[in-house]
Amino acid sequence: MNKVTMITSILLAGILTNNMVLSKFLGICPFLGVSKKVKTAVSMSIAVTIVMVIATAVTWPLNEYVLREKYNYLQTVVFILVIAAIVQLIEIFLKKYIPPVYKALGIYLPLITTNCAVLGITLLNVQDGLNYGLSLINALAAGLGFMLAMVLFAGVRERLETANVPEFLKGLPITLIAAALVSLSFLGFAGIGG
Amino acid sequence: MLDIIVPVIVVTVIGLIAGLGLALASKFMAVPTDQKQEQIRDCLPGANCGACGFSGCDGYAEAIAKGETEPDKCAPGGAETASKLAEILGVEIDTSPKIAFIGCAGNREVTAVKYGYEGMMSCAAANLVYGGPVACEYGCIGYGDCSKVCPFGAITMVEGKPVVCENECVGCGKCVSACPKGVISLIPKGAKERVACNNKKKGAPVVKNCKVSCIACGMCEKACEFGAIKVVDNLAAIDYDLCTACGKCKEACKRGAII
Repeated sequence: MNKVTMITSILLAGILTNNMVLSKFLGICPFLGVSKKVKTAVSMSIAVTIVMVIATAVTWPLNEYVLREKYNYLQTVVFILVIAAIVQLIEIFLKKYIPPVYKALGIYLPLITTNCAVLGITLLNVQDGLNYGLSLINALAAGLGFMLAMVLFAGVRERLETANVPEFLKGLPITLIAAALVSLSFLGFAGIGG
Repeated sequence: MLDIIVPVIVVTVIGLIAGLGLALASKFMAVPTDQKQEQIRDCLPGANCGACGFSGCDGYAEAIAKGETEPDKCAPGGAETASKLAEILGVEIDTSPKIAFIGCAGNREVTAVKYGYEGMMSCAAANLVYGGPVACEYGCIGYGDCSKVCPFGAITMVEGKPVVCENECVGCGKCVSACPKGVISLIPKGAKERVACNNKKKGAPVVKNCKVSCIACGMCEKACEFGAIKVVDNLAAIDYDLCTACGKCKEACKRGAII
Protein backbone atom coordinates (compact mmCIF):
# COMPACT_ATOMS: atom_id res chain seq x y z
CA MET A 1 0.00 0.00 0.00
CA ASN A 2 1.47 3.33 -0.90
CA LYS A 3 1.45 6.29 1.43
CA VAL A 4 -1.52 8.13 -0.05
CA THR A 5 -3.89 5.16 0.14
CA MET A 6 -2.62 4.40 3.61
CA ILE A 7 -3.39 7.91 4.84
CA THR A 8 -6.75 7.97 3.06
CA SER A 9 -7.78 4.70 4.59
CA ILE A 10 -6.75 5.87 8.08
CA LEU A 11 -8.73 9.07 7.64
CA LEU A 12 -11.77 7.22 6.30
CA ALA A 13 -11.61 4.64 9.08
CA GLY A 14 -11.20 7.30 11.78
CA ILE A 15 -14.02 9.47 10.56
CA LEU A 16 -16.55 6.88 9.40
CA THR A 17 -15.95 3.16 10.05
CA ASN A 18 -14.22 3.40 13.40
CA ASN A 19 -15.87 6.59 14.51
CA MET A 20 -14.78 7.30 18.08
CA VAL A 21 -18.23 8.04 19.39
CA LEU A 22 -20.57 6.06 17.22
CA SER A 23 -18.60 2.86 16.67
CA LYS A 24 -16.22 2.65 19.62
CA PHE A 25 -18.57 4.40 22.07
CA LEU A 26 -15.83 6.55 23.57
CA GLY A 27 -16.47 10.12 24.64
CA ILE A 28 -20.19 9.59 25.13
CA CYS A 29 -20.27 12.15 27.96
CA PRO A 30 -19.54 15.22 25.82
CA PHE A 31 -21.51 13.60 22.99
CA LEU A 32 -24.64 13.76 25.14
CA GLY A 33 -23.70 16.73 27.27
CA VAL A 34 -22.49 19.34 24.82
CA SER A 35 -24.52 18.49 21.75
CA LYS A 36 -27.52 20.71 22.41
CA LYS A 37 -26.49 23.34 19.92
CA VAL A 38 -24.48 22.99 16.72
CA LYS A 39 -22.30 25.96 17.65
CA THR A 40 -21.14 24.64 21.01
CA ALA A 41 -20.75 21.17 19.51
CA VAL A 42 -18.33 22.57 16.93
CA SER A 43 -16.33 24.46 19.58
CA MET A 44 -16.05 21.36 21.71
CA SER A 45 -15.03 19.20 18.75
CA ILE A 46 -12.32 21.61 17.67
CA ALA A 47 -10.92 21.61 21.20
CA VAL A 48 -11.04 17.81 21.35
CA THR A 49 -9.33 17.47 17.96
CA ILE A 50 -6.51 19.81 18.95
CA VAL A 51 -6.00 18.02 22.26
CA MET A 52 -6.09 14.59 20.58
CA VAL A 53 -3.34 15.50 18.14
CA ILE A 54 -1.14 17.18 20.75
CA ALA A 55 -1.71 14.37 23.24
CA THR A 56 -0.68 11.81 20.63
CA ALA A 57 2.34 13.89 19.71
CA VAL A 58 3.51 13.70 23.32
CA THR A 59 2.39 10.23 24.42
CA TRP A 60 3.70 8.32 21.41
CA PRO A 61 7.38 9.18 21.99
CA LEU A 62 6.84 8.76 25.72
CA ASN A 63 5.64 5.22 25.13
CA GLU A 64 8.32 4.47 22.57
CA TYR A 65 11.34 5.77 24.48
CA VAL A 66 10.38 5.71 28.16
CA LEU A 67 7.87 2.95 28.76
CA ARG A 68 8.95 0.56 25.97
CA GLU A 69 7.88 -3.08 26.13
CA LYS A 70 8.68 -3.60 29.77
CA TYR A 71 6.43 -1.01 31.37
CA ASN A 72 3.56 -1.23 28.90
CA TYR A 73 1.12 -1.62 31.73
CA LEU A 74 1.84 1.92 32.88
CA GLN A 75 0.39 3.34 29.66
CA THR A 76 -3.04 4.20 31.08
CA VAL A 77 -1.73 5.92 34.20
CA VAL A 78 1.01 7.86 32.45
CA PHE A 79 -1.22 8.90 29.55
CA ILE A 80 -3.92 10.22 31.87
CA LEU A 81 -1.26 12.22 33.70
CA VAL A 82 0.17 13.63 30.51
CA ILE A 83 -3.20 14.46 28.94
CA ALA A 84 -4.37 16.28 32.08
CA ALA A 85 -1.17 18.34 32.09
CA ILE A 86 -1.42 19.09 28.37
CA VAL A 87 -5.00 20.29 28.62
CA GLN A 88 -4.07 22.62 31.47
CA LEU A 89 -1.10 23.86 29.52
CA ILE A 90 -3.21 24.54 26.44
CA GLU A 91 -5.68 26.39 28.62
CA ILE A 92 -3.00 28.64 30.09
CA PHE A 93 -1.51 29.20 26.66
CA LEU A 94 -4.85 30.14 25.07
CA LYS A 95 -5.76 32.43 27.95
CA LYS A 96 -2.56 34.35 27.46
CA TYR A 97 -2.12 34.45 23.70
CA ILE A 98 -5.49 33.76 22.06
CA PRO A 99 -8.16 35.02 24.52
CA PRO A 100 -11.03 34.93 21.98
CA VAL A 101 -10.49 31.20 21.46
CA TYR A 102 -10.20 30.71 25.21
CA LYS A 103 -13.50 32.53 25.72
CA ALA A 104 -15.21 30.58 22.94
CA LEU A 105 -14.13 27.20 24.34
CA GLY A 106 -14.90 28.25 27.91
CA ILE A 107 -15.77 25.32 30.13
CA TYR A 108 -15.25 22.71 27.37
CA LEU A 109 -11.49 22.87 27.53
CA PRO A 110 -11.06 21.65 31.13
CA LEU A 111 -13.80 19.09 30.47
CA ILE A 112 -11.58 17.40 27.90
CA THR A 113 -9.25 16.32 30.70
CA THR A 114 -11.75 13.61 31.52
CA ASN A 115 -12.75 12.84 27.94
CA CYS A 116 -12.07 9.15 27.42
CA ALA A 117 -11.96 9.60 23.65
CA VAL A 118 -8.64 11.43 24.02
CA LEU A 119 -7.18 8.75 26.26
CA GLY A 120 -8.69 6.14 23.94
CA ILE A 121 -7.04 7.45 20.79
CA THR A 122 -3.60 7.70 22.40
CA LEU A 123 -3.84 4.14 23.71
CA LEU A 124 -5.21 2.78 20.43
CA ASN A 125 -2.41 4.43 18.45
CA VAL A 126 0.18 2.71 20.58
CA GLN A 127 -1.61 -0.64 20.62
CA ASP A 128 -2.11 -0.68 16.84
CA GLY A 129 1.63 -0.17 16.40
CA LEU A 130 1.26 2.82 14.11
CA ASN A 131 4.36 4.89 13.49
CA TYR A 132 4.63 8.51 14.66
CA GLY A 133 3.30 10.19 11.52
CA LEU A 134 0.42 7.78 11.07
CA SER A 135 -0.46 8.09 14.76
CA LEU A 136 -0.85 11.84 14.34
CA ILE A 137 -3.00 11.37 11.26
CA ASN A 138 -5.08 8.81 13.11
CA ALA A 139 -5.57 11.22 15.99
CA LEU A 140 -6.63 13.94 13.57
CA ALA A 141 -9.04 11.52 11.89
CA ALA A 142 -10.52 10.54 15.26
CA GLY A 143 -10.98 14.21 16.12
CA LEU A 144 -12.70 14.89 12.82
CA GLY A 145 -14.87 11.82 13.34
CA PHE A 146 -15.79 13.14 16.78
CA MET A 147 -16.68 16.46 15.18
CA LEU A 148 -18.83 14.77 12.54
CA ALA A 149 -20.71 12.79 15.18
CA MET A 150 -21.17 15.85 17.40
CA VAL A 151 -22.41 18.10 14.61
CA LEU A 152 -24.75 15.46 13.19
CA PHE A 153 -26.16 14.72 16.60
CA ALA A 154 -26.46 18.39 17.56
CA GLY A 155 -28.53 18.82 14.39
CA VAL A 156 -30.73 15.90 15.42
CA ARG A 157 -31.16 17.34 18.91
CA GLU A 158 -32.06 20.78 17.65
CA ARG A 159 -34.86 19.10 15.72
CA LEU A 160 -35.86 17.12 18.82
CA GLU A 161 -36.37 20.37 20.73
CA THR A 162 -39.43 21.17 18.67
CA ALA A 163 -40.61 17.61 18.10
CA ASN A 164 -43.73 16.34 19.81
CA VAL A 165 -42.13 13.77 22.10
CA PRO A 166 -44.31 11.67 24.45
CA GLU A 167 -44.06 12.86 28.05
CA PHE A 168 -42.24 9.77 29.36
CA LEU A 169 -39.55 9.99 26.70
CA LYS A 170 -38.77 13.69 27.10
CA GLY A 171 -35.21 14.69 27.89
CA LEU A 172 -32.52 12.06 28.23
CA PRO A 173 -34.53 8.99 27.11
CA ILE A 174 -35.28 10.35 23.63
CA THR A 175 -31.71 11.66 23.40
CA LEU A 176 -30.36 8.16 24.05
CA ILE A 177 -32.74 6.65 21.50
CA ALA A 178 -31.70 9.23 18.93
CA ALA A 179 -28.03 8.53 19.72
CA ALA A 180 -28.63 4.83 19.19
CA LEU A 181 -30.28 5.48 15.80
CA VAL A 182 -27.43 7.74 14.66
CA SER A 183 -24.95 5.10 15.83
CA LEU A 184 -26.88 2.40 13.98
CA SER A 185 -26.72 4.40 10.77
CA PHE A 186 -22.94 4.54 11.08
CA LEU A 187 -22.87 0.73 10.91
CA GLY A 188 -23.65 1.23 7.25
CA PHE A 189 -20.09 2.48 6.74
CA ALA A 190 -18.58 -0.84 7.89
CA GLY A 191 -16.51 -2.27 5.09
CA ILE A 192 -15.43 1.02 3.54
CA GLY A 193 -11.68 1.08 3.01
CA GLY A 194 -11.31 -2.66 3.67
CA MET B 1 12.30 -5.13 43.66
CA LEU B 2 13.51 -3.20 40.65
CA ASP B 3 10.25 -4.05 38.92
CA ILE B 4 8.42 -1.96 41.48
CA ILE B 5 10.86 0.87 42.01
CA VAL B 6 11.49 1.72 38.36
CA PRO B 7 7.83 2.22 37.38
CA VAL B 8 7.25 4.26 40.52
CA ILE B 9 10.18 6.46 39.64
CA VAL B 10 9.05 6.73 36.02
CA VAL B 11 5.55 7.85 36.95
CA THR B 12 6.84 10.20 39.64
CA VAL B 13 9.30 11.83 37.28
CA ILE B 14 6.68 12.27 34.57
CA GLY B 15 4.30 13.71 37.15
CA LEU B 16 6.98 16.06 38.41
CA ILE B 17 7.86 17.22 34.91
CA ALA B 18 4.19 17.83 34.13
CA GLY B 19 3.68 19.67 37.40
CA LEU B 20 6.78 21.77 36.97
CA GLY B 21 5.83 22.61 33.40
CA LEU B 22 2.42 23.76 34.55
CA ALA B 23 3.85 25.76 37.42
CA LEU B 24 6.28 27.50 35.09
CA ALA B 25 3.59 28.07 32.47
CA SER B 26 1.18 29.60 34.97
CA LYS B 27 3.95 31.86 36.17
CA PHE B 28 5.22 33.04 32.81
CA MET B 29 1.91 33.11 31.00
CA ALA B 30 -0.17 34.48 33.83
CA VAL B 31 -2.89 36.89 32.78
CA PRO B 32 -3.32 39.77 35.20
CA THR B 33 -6.94 39.88 36.32
CA ASP B 34 -8.59 42.85 37.91
CA GLN B 35 -8.30 42.29 41.64
CA LYS B 36 -11.28 44.46 42.41
CA GLN B 37 -13.40 42.44 40.00
CA GLU B 38 -12.45 39.21 41.76
CA GLN B 39 -13.26 40.71 45.14
CA ILE B 40 -16.64 41.84 43.87
CA ARG B 41 -17.32 38.44 42.34
CA ASP B 42 -16.60 36.77 45.67
CA CYS B 43 -19.24 38.90 47.37
CA LEU B 44 -21.96 38.06 44.86
CA PRO B 45 -24.16 35.07 45.67
CA GLY B 46 -23.42 33.18 42.45
CA ALA B 47 -27.04 32.34 41.66
CA ASN B 48 -26.56 33.77 38.14
CA CYS B 49 -30.22 34.78 38.18
CA GLY B 50 -29.71 37.73 35.86
CA ALA B 51 -31.90 40.04 37.93
CA CYS B 52 -29.18 42.68 37.71
CA GLY B 53 -29.58 42.75 33.96
CA PHE B 54 -26.16 41.27 33.20
CA SER B 55 -25.24 37.86 31.85
CA GLY B 56 -24.59 36.52 35.35
CA CYS B 57 -22.60 37.21 38.47
CA ASP B 58 -19.35 37.33 36.49
CA GLY B 59 -20.79 39.80 34.02
CA TYR B 60 -22.15 41.98 36.81
CA ALA B 61 -18.84 41.91 38.69
CA GLU B 62 -17.02 43.01 35.54
CA ALA B 63 -19.49 45.84 34.97
CA ILE B 64 -19.19 47.07 38.56
CA ALA B 65 -15.40 46.89 38.45
CA LYS B 66 -15.42 49.00 35.29
CA GLY B 67 -17.78 51.46 36.93
CA GLU B 68 -20.49 50.88 34.35
CA THR B 69 -23.22 50.17 36.87
CA GLU B 70 -24.29 50.59 40.48
CA PRO B 71 -23.53 48.01 43.21
CA ASP B 72 -27.17 47.77 44.38
CA LYS B 73 -28.50 45.75 41.44
CA CYS B 74 -28.02 42.32 43.02
CA ALA B 75 -31.48 41.28 44.20
CA PRO B 76 -30.72 37.86 45.73
CA GLY B 77 -27.78 39.27 47.67
CA GLY B 78 -29.97 42.06 48.96
CA ALA B 79 -28.77 44.68 51.40
CA GLU B 80 -25.93 42.58 52.75
CA THR B 81 -24.27 42.13 49.37
CA ALA B 82 -24.92 45.71 48.34
CA SER B 83 -23.26 47.10 51.46
CA LYS B 84 -20.30 44.75 51.03
CA LEU B 85 -19.91 45.87 47.43
CA ALA B 86 -20.23 49.49 48.46
CA GLU B 87 -17.46 48.93 50.96
CA ILE B 88 -15.16 47.52 48.27
CA LEU B 89 -15.93 50.41 45.96
CA GLY B 90 -15.83 52.98 48.74
CA VAL B 91 -19.28 54.40 48.06
CA GLU B 92 -22.49 54.65 50.04
CA ILE B 93 -25.84 53.35 48.90
CA ASP B 94 -29.36 53.01 50.21
CA THR B 95 -30.25 49.44 50.99
CA SER B 96 -33.57 48.21 52.21
CA PRO B 97 -34.72 44.66 51.56
CA LYS B 98 -37.68 44.28 49.25
CA ILE B 99 -40.10 41.45 48.64
CA ALA B 100 -42.59 40.65 45.94
CA PHE B 101 -46.21 41.38 46.71
CA ILE B 102 -49.18 40.04 44.72
CA GLY B 103 -51.33 43.13 44.36
CA CYS B 104 -54.60 41.31 43.75
CA ALA B 105 -56.82 39.63 46.30
CA GLY B 106 -59.25 38.30 43.71
CA ASN B 107 -59.88 34.60 43.29
CA ARG B 108 -62.34 32.27 41.62
CA GLU B 109 -64.90 32.92 44.36
CA VAL B 110 -64.92 36.69 44.59
CA THR B 111 -63.97 37.57 41.03
CA ALA B 112 -66.31 37.08 38.09
CA VAL B 113 -65.24 34.98 35.12
CA LYS B 114 -65.43 36.30 31.58
CA TYR B 115 -65.25 33.02 29.65
CA GLY B 116 -64.04 29.44 29.96
CA TYR B 117 -60.38 29.25 28.96
CA GLU B 118 -59.05 25.93 27.75
CA GLY B 119 -55.61 26.64 26.41
CA MET B 120 -52.00 26.59 27.52
CA MET B 121 -51.88 26.95 31.28
CA SER B 122 -49.85 30.10 31.21
CA CYS B 123 -50.83 33.63 32.19
CA ALA B 124 -48.96 35.08 29.23
CA ALA B 125 -50.88 32.83 26.80
CA ALA B 126 -54.26 33.36 28.48
CA ASN B 127 -53.68 37.11 28.51
CA LEU B 128 -53.50 37.08 24.71
CA VAL B 129 -57.11 35.85 24.51
CA TYR B 130 -59.18 38.93 25.41
CA GLY B 131 -57.01 39.60 28.44
CA GLY B 132 -57.59 36.22 30.05
CA PRO B 133 -60.65 34.51 31.55
CA VAL B 134 -60.83 36.74 34.62
CA ALA B 135 -63.46 39.47 34.31
CA CYS B 136 -61.21 42.11 35.87
CA GLU B 137 -58.76 43.17 33.19
CA TYR B 138 -56.16 44.14 35.80
CA GLY B 139 -56.46 41.06 38.01
CA CYS B 140 -54.38 37.98 38.59
CA ILE B 141 -55.07 35.27 36.00
CA GLY B 142 -53.79 32.57 38.33
CA TYR B 143 -51.91 30.20 36.01
CA GLY B 144 -48.69 30.70 37.93
CA ASP B 145 -46.23 32.32 35.49
CA CYS B 146 -44.72 34.07 38.53
CA SER B 147 -44.38 30.79 40.39
CA LYS B 148 -42.67 29.15 37.39
CA VAL B 149 -40.20 31.97 36.87
CA CYS B 150 -39.17 32.32 40.53
CA PRO B 151 -35.56 31.05 40.82
CA PHE B 152 -35.90 30.60 44.56
CA GLY B 153 -39.17 28.69 44.74
CA ALA B 154 -40.66 31.47 46.84
CA ILE B 155 -44.02 31.60 45.07
CA THR B 156 -46.42 28.68 45.42
CA MET B 157 -49.83 28.35 43.85
CA VAL B 158 -52.57 27.81 46.45
CA GLU B 159 -56.03 27.20 44.98
CA GLY B 160 -55.19 29.05 41.80
CA LYS B 161 -53.59 32.01 43.51
CA PRO B 162 -49.88 32.79 43.93
CA VAL B 163 -48.67 33.06 47.51
CA VAL B 164 -45.29 34.62 48.27
CA CYS B 165 -43.24 33.01 51.00
CA GLU B 166 -41.68 36.12 52.49
CA ASN B 167 -38.77 34.29 54.03
CA GLU B 168 -37.76 32.76 50.71
CA CYS B 169 -38.37 35.83 48.56
CA VAL B 170 -35.26 37.90 47.91
CA GLY B 171 -36.96 40.57 45.86
CA CYS B 172 -35.19 39.82 42.58
CA GLY B 173 -38.19 41.07 40.63
CA LYS B 174 -38.33 38.25 38.09
CA CYS B 175 -42.00 37.65 38.85
CA VAL B 176 -42.70 41.36 38.42
CA SER B 177 -41.64 41.20 34.80
CA ALA B 178 -43.19 37.74 34.25
CA CYS B 179 -46.70 38.84 35.22
CA PRO B 180 -48.56 39.97 32.08
CA LYS B 181 -50.99 41.95 34.19
CA GLY B 182 -48.41 43.83 36.22
CA VAL B 183 -50.07 42.64 39.41
CA ILE B 184 -46.84 42.04 41.29
CA SER B 185 -44.74 44.82 42.75
CA LEU B 186 -41.74 45.04 45.04
CA ILE B 187 -42.53 46.49 48.44
CA PRO B 188 -40.35 46.98 51.53
CA LYS B 189 -39.97 43.80 53.52
CA GLY B 190 -42.25 43.78 56.54
CA ALA B 191 -44.65 46.41 55.16
CA LYS B 192 -47.87 46.13 57.17
CA GLU B 193 -50.41 47.90 54.95
CA ARG B 194 -50.74 46.69 51.39
CA VAL B 195 -53.15 47.52 48.62
CA ALA B 196 -54.24 44.16 47.26
CA CYS B 197 -55.82 45.47 44.10
CA ASN B 198 -54.50 46.48 40.73
CA ASN B 199 -57.71 47.75 39.17
CA LYS B 200 -57.38 51.20 37.61
CA LYS B 201 -61.01 51.70 36.65
CA LYS B 202 -64.01 52.89 38.62
CA GLY B 203 -67.74 52.57 38.47
CA ALA B 204 -70.25 49.76 38.38
CA PRO B 205 -68.22 47.15 36.40
CA VAL B 206 -65.48 47.25 39.01
CA VAL B 207 -67.94 46.38 41.77
CA LYS B 208 -69.57 43.71 39.63
CA ASN B 209 -66.36 42.08 38.50
CA CYS B 210 -64.74 41.63 41.88
CA LYS B 211 -65.93 41.73 45.44
CA VAL B 212 -62.60 42.87 46.86
CA SER B 213 -61.69 45.57 44.36
CA CYS B 214 -60.53 49.10 45.06
CA ILE B 215 -63.23 51.44 43.78
CA ALA B 216 -61.23 54.63 44.31
CA CYS B 217 -63.69 55.93 46.93
CA GLY B 218 -60.91 57.73 48.77
CA MET B 219 -61.94 56.61 52.27
CA CYS B 220 -58.42 55.43 53.02
CA GLU B 221 -56.97 58.74 51.89
CA LYS B 222 -59.25 60.57 54.34
CA ALA B 223 -58.51 58.14 57.16
CA CYS B 224 -54.73 58.44 56.87
CA GLU B 225 -53.27 61.05 59.22
CA PHE B 226 -49.87 61.02 57.61
CA GLY B 227 -50.81 61.49 53.98
CA ALA B 228 -49.19 58.18 53.20
CA ILE B 229 -52.00 56.74 51.12
CA LYS B 230 -53.26 58.45 47.98
CA VAL B 231 -55.67 57.45 45.27
CA VAL B 232 -53.76 57.69 42.00
CA ASP B 233 -55.33 56.55 38.70
CA ASN B 234 -58.39 55.29 40.59
CA LEU B 235 -56.23 53.05 42.75
CA ALA B 236 -55.02 53.52 46.30
CA ALA B 237 -51.23 53.68 46.54
CA ILE B 238 -49.14 53.67 49.71
CA ASP B 239 -46.01 55.75 50.14
CA TYR B 240 -43.99 53.51 52.44
CA ASP B 241 -41.66 56.34 53.43
CA LEU B 242 -44.58 58.03 55.19
CA CYS B 243 -46.60 54.99 56.30
CA THR B 244 -46.51 54.28 60.03
CA ALA B 245 -48.49 51.06 59.84
CA CYS B 246 -51.25 52.47 62.07
CA GLY B 247 -53.87 50.40 60.26
CA LYS B 248 -56.46 53.17 59.89
CA CYS B 249 -56.67 52.79 56.12
CA LYS B 250 -57.33 49.11 56.53
CA GLU B 251 -60.27 49.84 58.82
CA ALA B 252 -61.59 52.54 56.53
CA CYS B 253 -61.64 50.36 53.45
CA LYS B 254 -65.13 48.95 53.10
CA ARG B 255 -64.09 46.73 50.19
CA GLY B 256 -61.34 44.84 51.94
CA ALA B 257 -58.85 45.85 49.28
CA ILE B 258 -56.23 46.90 51.83
CA ILE B 259 -54.72 44.01 53.74
